[in-house]
Amino acid sequence: MKILTGNDLVSGDVIWWAGDGWSRQVGDSADVGDKGDDLARTEEAALRVVGAYVIDATVTDEGVRPAHIKDRIRALGPTVRPDLNLKPNDADAGNWVI
Amino acid sequence: MYRYDSYDQSIVDARVDEFRDQVQRRLTGALTEDQFKPLRLMNGLYLQLHAYMLRVAIPYGTLSGKQMRKLGEIAAKYDKGYGHFTTRQNLQYNWIKLADAPDILAELATVEMHAIQTSGNCIRNISSDQYAGVSADEVADPRPWAELLRQWSSFHPEFTYLPRKFKIAVIASDDDRAAMRLHDIGLKLVSKDGVIGAEVYAGGGMGRTPMVAPQIRDFVPEEEIVSYLEACLRVYNRYGRRDNKYKARIKILVHEIGVEDYKRQVEEEFAHMKQLGLNPPVEELDRIRAFFANPAYETGLSEAIDRADPAFALWVDRQVAAHKQPGYAIVNISLKPLTGIPGDASAEQIELVASLAEQYSLDELRVTHAQNLVLPHVKKADLYAIWQKLENAGLAEANLDLITDIIACPGLDYCALANARSIPLAQKIAQRFADAERQAELGELKLKISGCINACGHHHAGHIGILGVDRKGVENFQLSLGGSGAEDTSLGQITGPGFSEDGVVDAIEKVTDLYLAQRESGERFLDTYRRLGMKPFKEAIYG
Repeated sequence: MKILTGNDLVSGDVIWWAGDGWSRQVGDSADVGDKGDDLARTEEAALRVVGAYVIDATVTDEGVRPAHIKDRIRALGPTVRPDLNLKPNDADAGNWVI
Repeated sequence: MYRYDSYDQSIVDARVDEFRDQVQRRLTGALTEDQFKPLRLMNGLYLQLHAYMLRVAIPYGTLSGKQMRKLGEIAAKYDKGYGHFTTRQNLQYNWIKLADAPDILAELATVEMHAIQTSGNCIRNISSDQYAGVSADEVADPRPWAELLRQWSSFHPEFTYLPRKFKIAVIASDDDRAAMRLHDIGLKLVSKDGVIGAEVYAGGGMGRTPMVAPQIRDFVPEEEIVSYLEACLRVYNRYGRRDNKYKARIKILVHEIGVEDYKRQVEEEFAHMKQLGLNPPVEELDRIRAFFANPAYETGLSEAIDRADPAFALWVDRQVAAHKQPGYAIVNISLKPLTGIPGDASAEQIELVASLAEQYSLDELRVTHAQNLVLPHVKKADLYAIWQKLENAGLAEANLDLITDIIACPGLDYCALANARSIPLAQKIAQRFADAERQAELGELKLKISGCINACGHHHAGHIGILGVDRKGVENFQLSLGGSGAEDTSLGQITGPGFSEDGVVDAIEKVTDLYLAQRESGERFLDTYRRLGMKPFKEAIYG
């Protein structure tokens, strides 16, 4: 599947296109098919996102998983600061990245 | 320490106001990201992997307690409670909100700090020796010249849009603690017939095309240093390649036209500069120099250090360096706890070090390019009290220049450019070699990790260097041996095929085992490598 990600313009937070708006959780990502680039332009013009780009992802038992490690780290947070990542109570979260 | 005059303060304040307006226009859509990006970068604000990142300039790595405290306050108030000290003696905040950036710059301005020219194709923060002014072997304190160059390069209209970024280091000792020859221009202050001047090196750097800067002048009198650098920059600005960012650094120009031709052109330009009378007034250098006069050292102090506590004695032996003033010492504070993140410090740790600087170090501290901190003026009688406070804060690791004193860039955990994670690897290596006796047995061994070819982790200059690469979406690590950023500057050579994260830790163990087996008396790892060459190390690694 193709998903759309970028950073929130104001906060800089990593965000994922969820079909009807943006989410902080990669698991909420919607398949944008071939509409990603158009969506990115529209959302950037609306000042809701900066640096938006389309990536490949797959759906696994654990939810949506970006294809590339860089985007998995963006989705989770720094692997060396589990207290700051999006699954602070999951000791195994870092392995999801690898 | 240098203090802003009204002119310094007014231009920094004006820049804050200007950036506040620019941010406001971005947030309301009056500026597109394409229009805004170069403006935010000129103020040190990047968009990184997880958020905006703000890089704050720490001129030549020198801070007062008040400035350090402000860095901690900003970490607590605007970030997630910590900051990252970099290999260019700066500090980075990883979690900045765009709307907060102008307020942060305003707070920095209240303590004579800013983020100007910490990004972009301009002259960046001038770096220097963390022992400047307190080392017995220097010919002069290099910081007045670093400050003069800071003032000359700040908002220099001719050098705001260079072909590429430009980094300058200034040292004044034979011992190079600033990787001087791995800068675009390196200055080494020397004394010739009682006159202070500088050896000038040009065209060094790391990145994808590492080069050791050749010397282009053996002596420039101190009053002509700025004019000479102006000439160096002019030639680079005119002929440096703007068609290919990977070939745009001055090192490529010097390499392509040759050192002799570059020198010739610089000399011609310098002769022209001399006619223009652009040397800064001697009075200005004297004014700046007065800020760096020796502080009010006490005299008649005891040289004794009570070494009854073995953990303290171990720390003294490793972290404390000789000071030029009797009764005083230089304290190195490790930011490399074995399970920590190289260069990171919490807001509380930053506040503690600020307090220690105020209470014990004549209100001054330094940041090193190796991502550690220094208290430069400590009475030997105060060492134990300082150690106790550092110990309580997790800052008393005794590993300066040992294998666990690892330089590591933020890597793929934070950086949008990175291909692999540096920090987890640094932690694995530190844990593998955690035993203090083993570290001491290995002796000086500088290990440096970069998460991409841009080499922010200085891997080319590591006795052992590691470069993280992306191999079809999987992290892979290249090992190199034999680099040095010190006075014996050299570039590491790649051992061979790369490794997984665990594989490279094993390879390092094989390399260090061979060193221990083969070293001769007094040899550091680097010395043994240079004597034996790559072959036996390669055989040990790959069989």
